[in-house]
Order: sequence, then structure tokens, then C-alpha cells
Amino acid sequence: MRPLEIAFWAATLLPFVVTPDYLSLASQIAITALFALSLDLLLGYAGIVSLGHAAYFGFGAYVAGLLSKHYWSEPLSGLVIGAAAAGVLGYATSHVIVRFRHLALIMLTLGLGLLLAEAANSASWLTGGADGLQGVKMAPLLGFKFDLYGRTAYAYSLAVLFLLFLLARRIIHSPFGLALRGIRENALRMPAIGAPSLAHLRKVYTIAAVLAGAAGAVLTQTTSTVSLEVLSFGRSADVLVILILGGAGRLYGGIVGAIIYMVARDQLAGMNPQYWYFWIGLLLVAVVMFLPNGILGGLSALGKKAQ
Amino acid sequence: MLSAKKLNKKFGSLVVAQDVALELPAGVRYALIGPNGAGKTTLINLLTGMLRPDSGEISLAGRDITGLRPEARVGAGLARTFQINTLFPRLSALESVALAVLERERHAHNWWRALPAFEPWIEEAHGILERLGLADVAHRVTRELAYGQQRLLEIAVALATRPRVLLLDEPAAGVPKGESAELFTVIAGLARELTILFIEHDMNVVFRFASRIIVMVGGRILLEGTPDEVARDARVREVYLGKHARAA
Repeated sequence: MRPLEIAFWAATLLPFVVTPDYLSLASQIAITALFALSLDLLLGYAGIVSLGHAAYFGFGAYVAGLLSKHYWSEPLSGLVIGAAAAGVLGYATSHVIVRFRHLALIMLTLGLGLLLAEAANSASWLTGGADGLQGVKMAPLLGFKFDLYGRTAYAYSLAVLFLLFLLARRIIHSPFGLALRGIRENALRMPAIGAPSLAHLRKVYTIAAVLAGAAGAVLTQTTSTVSLEVLSFGRSADVLVILILGGAGRLYGGIVGAIIYMVARDQLAGMNPQYWYFWIGLLLVAVVMFLPNGILGGLSALGKKAQ
Repeated sequence: MLSAKKLNKKFGSLVVAQDVALELPAGVRYALIGPNGAGKTTLINLLTGMLRPDSGEISLAGRDITGLRPEARVGAGLARTFQINTLFPRLSALESVALAVLERERHAHNWWRALPAFEPWIEEAHGILERLGLADVAHRVTRELAYGQQRLLEIAVALATRPRVLLLDEPAAGVPKGESAELFTVIAGLARELTILFIEHDMNVVFRFASRIIVMVGGRILLEGTPDEVARDARVREVYLGKHARAA
């Protein structure tokens, strides 16, 4: 890791001492960052635009919740099962998804997301419907109880984010990661170099679903509840906005975007609860117009100029 | 090495390939010529599987490849380049060629090992760039390369698949006239056993670098022969060379 990266990850520990009252927000940020990282693998590296990525986040969240409600409440195994279940859903849907591009792809992912959200809504006997899934109880994590201050929650979210970030980073720097960038750069040339593009895309879609499912499972486990919101169109759209703000196609883009978005939402909603999306809209317009590679892209261009 | 029998293809009522038959032996350098709209690029698309023929058969080294997908044909040893640069704009030259090498070796599915672990193949990619005179720009991003260098990179990427037959769709397209001979000198210097078919409009280049010439007109093969035979053929003068002669 480069010194700047080490400094960044060291700084993620600061909330424990500097802002101990905001640990549950910090935990939400880490979860959202993981979700955005998952979308980055699709959008930033493989060039798959999705407006329904919450389907896998929400599926992981519900599987983890139902598991702890009906079977057992040990969090780590719940995380693995929630993520794996989302991966299975991802693999199943990838066969359709990867055959389409552009507008058709956006509509398809949007449709799948809506489909799953409404299915969860109508299956209220299972999911609790609009009231949310009640009765999720988590056992202590490796002996640490999930406390009211969110210390365990943040430590857990951060650790999961960090480990899966390392995984994503390895994927990006592997031959497979290079092939994904090849697909993003020129899907037409890929078959002409003998590349099985569709198989590559199915694989990255499945991996991204696993990461999204893990993020959803951690959200369930750290908040002890699951609401329909985890599957909502709003969540799919938000994560896309977060990634674009931070900078797609950069490993830290989703993380930086999540920090800015979540902190801004927390502050703006405090000042002006009804209209806070106005400012997010303004920020999004400004970033897209002036920083086409996101805030992180703008910063790195600035850094290069300074050198 | 590469052969096609009775290839037919229509777009609606427009016939783009009619009973096209080819037989390209190993190591021969073919030029494919013909007026615009003769179906030259369509033929390359049919041979490489980017278009499906309505009927006909294609075989490579004795193996029927008619039903194979484009990427499987590349695996069987049939590579192509494109008339309009079809590269990876934000990958470096080395990354582009290395990607093709790694795909060929079926390493591109590997997501658990970092790229430096694949050094022998990255070295091979570097060697290909060196042979085409691109070693100096190996680490430059493709979209920042000079146009002529991008044309060479087109060929480098195709060579990385280790083809037996290489189909070059106007390799010198867009290159200033004086420099296209330079590009073809590089092509002429490729491995002797490699079968090459190239589309080219500049007759000086065609007669200098092709050992045999195929003339296409209106989706049909009019004639196949040595440069001398083609130059002497009255029909060719009529439909193709004659027009050029008058224009000049």
C-alpha cells in the first residue's frame, strides 16, 4: 500500500476517538462505501450501468435478517450466507443482464430491482412488508456485544469494508481486472482477441452481487432490522450518485463518495429536513459538469498539476 | 490454411457475398482489392464470424469453423484488424497486447493473482511491441499514441493471439500515402509461415507486397491470380484499374 492509502485507512479509525457520538453514522458510511465499491466493479471497471443494484444489497440484508430471526444469530456466518445468497441471485440474473448494453441494460436492471422490491413488499408474511422485518437479534461478534454507541457496529462494518476492499483491489490488478477494463474500453474488440466477454461479465456481476449482499447483511446485523428501503429504487439511485460523485473507475471513488454524501446528508437534513436533496442535486450537477472523473478524479488531476 | 466455400450473404435485397470461394495456402500474402462496396470488409466479417453467412462453409487448417463464435475462431488461429482503429483508448499499448496474450493463454479469468505474477506473458507482449517498433511507447495510453502507431498497435494486438491466418482490413487506412509503404514493410517482415490477407486501395502497395491478388466486385470474386495475371486481365482493367487510370 502507498503511504497515502495507509494514512487513509488509519484515519478511518479516528471516529472512535474524535466523534464517538457519530459511530452509527460512521458505520452507515462504511456499509454504503462497500455497496458503492461493489457498483464500481460493474460500472467503473466493466462498464455495466445498473439502476437496480439495491436488489443484491437488499437480498443480502433480508437473508441475513431472516437467518438470525428464524435460525441462528452468529453474525460472521450470517454475513457469509447473506453474501453468498446475493451471489447466487447475481449469477442467476447475470445470464440475462450481460447480453444487453446502454439503455436496455439500464431498464433491465431497473426492472429487476423493482420486481424484487415489490415481491418483498407483497410477501409480508416473510419480510414483514412495509413494517419491516422485526425480531432480528444478533449474537455477540467474537465475544463483543453490539453496543448502543455503535462501537462494535463500526468496527465490524469497517473491518468488512477493508477486507472486501483488499479483495476488490486484487481483482482490479489481476488479468481478469485487465480484461474487464478491456470490455469497458472496447467491447467490440474483445471477441477479436479471443476473449469470452460474456463469461467475464457474468463473473464480475456475480462478484459485485456478493459484495453488495455483504454490505446489506452488515446493515441488517448492525441495525437489527430490515426495512423495504434496502431494496428501493432510491437506494439504487443513491449508490450510483455516490459513485459518480466520488469518481467511478477508481478504487477509492465509492468510499470518498460515500463519506461526502452521507456526511452531507446528515448535516443538510439537520438544517433543512425537507429539501436536503436539493443540495445533493446541486452537488451532482456541479461535479458532472466540472469534474467528469468525480471528486477523486479532480483531486488526482490537481495533485498531478502540483507536481 | 483458410478456405471458404459458397459463402452467401444478403442484407435485405442487397447481395454482399455471392458464392464466394477462397483457398488461402499457408504463408501466402494475399491482397484483396475491389471498388468501394465490393464486399471486402463483409468478407472479413464473414470469415471471422462477426457476420453469419446465409449459407456456405468456412474451414481453418482443415477444421470446419462455420459454427464457431468469433472468439473461438481467434482461438483456432484466425485474427483480424479493423479499418477504423478498434483499440482500447485508455489502456496502454503494453496492456492492450498483454491482454490479448493473457486471453490466448486462458489466464484472463484469473482474478486472484496480481499481474506482475504473469511476467513471462507480459514480456512476450513487450517483445511483440518491440518487433513492430512500438517499444518506446509501450507504457503510453493508446489514445495518446500517434495515428500511425495506433495502426501498428492494431496489428500488434492481433499478432498477440498467435494467429495462423491474419486478415488486415485496410491496415494503412488514413495513413499518409508516403508512409503506407513503411507500414507494409513491417507487415512484409512478419513470420514467413503466417498467412496474410490484406485489403488495400493503393495499387503500388498491392503490387509490391502481395504475392497473389483477389479481385472482388459486387459481392463476387472476379478473379484470383498473381499480380501479373491480374494486371493483364481485361475485366479487371474494365471494372477497377481502368477507372483508376481514367481518374489519374
